[in-house]
Amino acid sequence: MTLDLSGVGLTHANGQVALRDIDLKIAPGERVAIIGPSGAGKTSLLRLLATALQPAGGRLEVLGADPWRLSAAARQKLRARIGLIHQTPPLPPRQRVVTTVLAGRLGQWSLGKGLLNLLHPLDSAGAAAALARLDLTEKLFEHCDQLSGGQLQRVGIARVLYQAPELILADEPVSAMDPVLAGHTLGVLNEEAARRGIALLASLHAVDLALAHFPRILGVREGRLVFDRPAQALTQAELDALYANEQLQSRPASPPATTPHVLHIPRC
Amino acid sequence: MLNRAAPRDPAALPRLALSLLAVALLWPGLSLSELDLGVLLHGDSAATMGHFVAAFWPPEHGREFLELLGRATLETLAIATAGMSLALLVALPAALLASRALSLSAVHRGGRPAWWGALLRWPVRGLLIVLRSVPEIVWALLFVRAVGLGPSAGVLAIAITYAGMLGKVYAEIFESVDPRPARALLGSGSPRLAAFLYGILPNAAAEMLSYTVYRWECAIRASVVMGFVGAGGLGQQIDLSMRMFAGGEVASMLLTFLLLVLLADQLSRLLRERWT
Repeated sequence: MTLDLSGVGLTHANGQVALRDIDLKIAPGERVAIIGPSGAGKTSLLRLLATALQPAGGRLEVLGADPWRLSAAARQKLRARIGLIHQTPPLPPRQRVVTTVLAGRLGQWSLGKGLLNLLHPLDSAGAAAALARLDLTEKLFEHCDQLSGGQLQRVGIARVLYQAPELILADEPVSAMDPVLAGHTLGVLNEEAARRGIALLASLHAVDLALAHFPRILGVREGRLVFDRPAQALTQAELDALYANEQLQSRPASPPATTPHVLHIPRC
Repeated sequence: MLNRAAPRDPAALPRLALSLLAVALLWPGLSLSELDLGVLLHGDSAATMGHFVAAFWPPEHGREFLELLGRATLETLAIATAGMSLALLVALPAALLASRALSLSAVHRGGRPAWWGALLRWPVRGLLIVLRSVPEIVWALLFVRAVGLGPSAGVLAIAITYAGMLGKVYAEIFESVDPRPARALLGSGSPRLAAFLYGILPNAAAEMLSYTVYRWECAIRASVVMGFVGAGGLGQQIDLSMRMFAGGEVASMLLTFLLLVLLADQLSRLLRERWT
């Protein structure tokens, strides 16, 4: 099992309960989308799986190990095998794209190699190959602050592709891209997961993208796992219930509109 | 007076109160420090100062003196630079140890390090405080006794005090820049030093550079002051010239200071333009 959770809960530092009673098993090679209204706990779940947050209770196993029973050094080794794609990739503005992408393997490289790479990129071919899959080769030697929000997201994805992890977790990986690019990028991630036989877990706010690209869908609402189904078996009623909002007016019967969601992404 | 119904500025009263408070606080300071500007205008002292300042013109520019001045300037620059280099050797590792920015435990705790991590940082902070709390002139006096008259006392004094200052300020710069890049790298398994180099340094480099060059400028001035207690460089020459009431020589040396500070300023600007 790539991921094995039973009864996992998560409480934020301010006492707010973000997740409760999550039971989830994901095998290598599975491709899973997480959908749900904003604030439902999608990001918290992904950060929990990336060992960036510590669960308050329950049993959590990532890549065959309980990260919170490991020593700090062993946990760092485990983290090097997990690739987390951030919604707004935290990249230093003055860093060159090539350095940013190559930093994906810092967890696998020795410190000396990391130092040397800072002086002169050791594997610009590898970085260029990762960027080429996302149609961004020409930005290889530019600074991060010269890129748009969507381009930055793709640089963040290229870094994880270059990292070659054994599990890819993606938090709204295409939120700043236009629909065509979003489809292409999700295709690249799926193809990578299928080719290497690794699990891919992505949270998405566009239900149609989730249904089109992922065979298995998780619905999260108010910190709970509401459903866990194959994409074909998902009914409209379940989707409506997932997104139902008492405060807002009733939603249209169709799945959430597919208008490109314009999200403000601060330049890195 | 045209607009009688102008709304009253709600900030006016607090501002007035703050000004009065500032004056009330400053006045005891002035009287405690026994500042008496009247002394400056007193007949005798004014005449003495007048003579001394009048001797400033023309600045001394004899060939022999200029050679001496050149040597002393080089010595001052060397003291400041060597002192700064030694200080950096201590300050950089100490800043990395004292800063919370590289805490591994902060990654999964929302940016707050665990209590034992904070506890481990305190001895380093304490060391930096000790290093910088003793003024460099006191260190210089100490080292002049220990290693004898000459520049090495100045170098050691600058190295110690400035290690404390640079370490503290670097640590604070590391904590003030965006922590997310480094945290993301730590979260994907990178070693801490690599996370610093790839995540924090690109954002902190410009500020560190500017502060370091400014401190170098301060080190030049400090090395001059320490020259008065026998730690070599321009200060020692000024001390000699002042004792001999050679105003022209003092003037030349003050002009040299001006040039040195100007140089540091231009260097800082050049480096910042190149790096940011």
